[in-house]
Amino acid sequence: MTDERGTDPHKPGPHDPDNRGHFGPYGGRFMPEALIGALDELSAEYDKARLDPEFTDEFTRLLRDYAGRPSLLTEAPRFAEHAGGARVFLKREDLNHTGSHKINNVLGQALLTKRMGKKRVIAETGAGQHGVATATACALMGLECVVYMGEVDTERQALNVARMKLLGAEVIPVKSGSRTLKDAINEALRDWVTNVDTTHYLLGTAAGGHPFPVMVRNFHKVIGAEARAQFLELTGRLPDVVTACVGGGSNAIGIFHGFIDDPEVRLVGIEPGGKGIETGEHGATLSEGTPGMLHGALSYLLQDEDGQTIEAYSISAGLDYPGVGPEHAWLKDTARAEYRSVTDDEAMHAFRLLSRTEGIIPAIESAHALAGALKLGQELGPEGHILVNLSGRGDKDMDTAAKYFGFYEDGGADGPRGTEES
Amino acid sequence: MGRLDPLFERTRAEGRGALIGYLPAGFPTVPESVELLRGMIDAGCDLVEVGVPYSDPVMDGPVIQAAAETALRAGFRLRDLFTTVEAVAAAGGQAVVMTYWNPVHRYGVDAFARDLSAAGGLGIITPDLIPDEAADWVEASTAHGLDRIFLVAPSSSEERIALTVAASSGFVYATAVMGVTGARDQVGSLAEGLVSRTRAHTSLPIGVGLGVRSGAQAAEVAAFADAVIVGSAFVTRAAEGVTGVRDLAVELAAGVRKAPSTIG
Ligand SMILES: Cc1ncc(COP(=O)(O)O)c(C=O)c1O
Repeated sequence: MTDERGTDPHKPGPHDPDNRGHFGPYGGRFMPEALIGALDELSAEYDKARLDPEFTDEFTRLLRDYAGRPSLLTEAPRFAEHAGGARVFLKREDLNHTGSHKINNVLGQALLTKRMGKKRVIAETGAGQHGVATATACALMGLECVVYMGEVDTERQALNVARMKLLGAEVIPVKSGSRTLKDAINEALRDWVTNVDTTHYLLGTAAGGHPFPVMVRNFHKVIGAEARAQFLELTGRLPDVVTACVGGGSNAIGIFHGFIDDPEVRLVGIEPGGKGIETGEHGATLSEGTPGMLHGALSYLLQDEDGQTIEAYSISAGLDYPGVGPEHAWLKDTARAEYRSVTDDEAMHAFRLLSRTEGIIPAIESAHALAGALKLGQELGPEGHILVNLSGRGDKDMDTAAKYFGFYEDGGADGPRGTEES
Repeated sequence: MGRLDPLFERTRAEGRGALIGYLPAGFPTVPESVELLRGMIDAGCDLVEVGVPYSDPVMDGPVIQAAAETALRAGFRLRDLFTTVEAVAAAGGQAVVMTYWNPVHRYGVDAFARDLSAAGGLGIITPDLIPDEAADWVEASTAHGLDRIFLVAPSSSEERIALTVAASSGFVYATAVMGVTGARDQVGSLAEGLVSRTRAHTSLPIGVGLGVRSGAQAAEVAAFADAVIVGSAFVTRAAEGVTGVRDLAVELAAGVRKAPSTIG
């Protein structure tokens, strides 16, 4: 598949890391030797597959016939009234099968798993969207699936646990450390080092040791390629700003790459500011972190002065992660992209606002990007054109939202009566 | 010449394997870990590996994970590592450090090497640093005279074993099984094959770790390796205090002397 400029998203290009996975100083492989053989095997297979039309055509076919691509580009004018009058456009990854962008990467890696002849897949999940997408692809392709999920997240994303089980996956609650995404990845890595002969670790974001960051990015480039063409068609111009939420960084890197060679387009990543940066309870890795290695790559990291990881916090399970993919670290240092944060409250405000102005319930992760867009719109004014990656839908977040807005309380503190946006 | 060479010259001359015992610094508290490490040396460990408790120990099983958590909760700071190594060295013991790489990176690779060397440490075992990424560590270890103990695994290709041993000094750490740390009933059958594959590329001593917990297993491993490395079993026995780790060290030290060494 090629985008309208004729660039093949899978072909090696100028934005690829060096052959050991370095984006500038970041990335690489800070992994146990026991896993290097598997990473080498994966790199070799991916390097062949990305140039093999049989593979890329099958991937494109699955994205179209199974995931439902291309996803829509929807203008959000009633929402935009709250964004300084700028025009706001949503890339609708929420409409993909399984409800988020995660399916793009999962279908690519599941195809690779089959090419490598492996029968068992393990994955980590935070919000459960990556776990659901992985369980889905494994059901489709007849692969055994085990998903590691922090115990805290199994509680706040119970609906997705049920979905994964229904799809035939085994869900293992992780009780160590912060019992969230970071610890789910630790546990998945422990499984991988033990079962690497038979097992592929289907990592869910553009982080980890090489080749994961570049491979996951390339599987998500379809988001940016479609969005750029759709935006041009709809408006006859490019957006001023492209914005996306950043957990590990996969949906952001996927949409950013559609515009990375358009220097006039600003790329803005939105991180989870949690209860406020000043409280220390946040997951704003690029905004507040320092360079360090976690889960196999050098990137920015929330860490103390001894190099111990600081536990992240966010209302959003999918953004609650103290690390970030290495390419974002490089985009930050080279100032090609900017990173800022919004708080839980700002995200939840945008979550409800989009629901009530456009009839679209976003994932709380994606609501961070929407909150970012509200501010960017104020800055740009009525001439501004903003493209938001709506990375997922919010069904999974109903329990969190109902508690946050008090829908379960008698008379609901901000139930049907909350009228500020109507 | 590596700082650990005399140790292995001695154990080879004695026709036996070396016994290497692991314990995290600061476990269960900093002063207690010093007492435990001294007890392990007194009772027969030729070398101790002083572990750095780390928040994300992906290569460790439940026992060492829990120990790291205990140490961190008790307030372990990286500076305590150097005082711990110093206390071991002052008592006549020999120590290397085993650490995930981020704490070293954060401290500054050269500064860490300088301070470890000043404390009397002899080298670093690096479970998540491969030679491919270790340019600054090679430089710092050379500058400060520390040994670089990289790991080889059953999954390592010949090419990777060659590259790894070429970057190593002191000894090479062979992981006996594919998996995380933790005592096992059987030392993996993969260990012996890995050691002989590694020997084809180096004359450095080879230590085998992951899973060893008894004198009989130590004897079995010492029959084909230059050193037997024991971790989780010491951590478990630390619950009984110095007596616990001493008893285990005595049993293991007898074990490494039982087998006829393959090297003479
Ligand atoms: C809908 C949605 N958006 C975003 C994310 C964050 O991941 P990433 O930063 O890799 O896109 C998640 C992760 O679970 C998600 O489910």
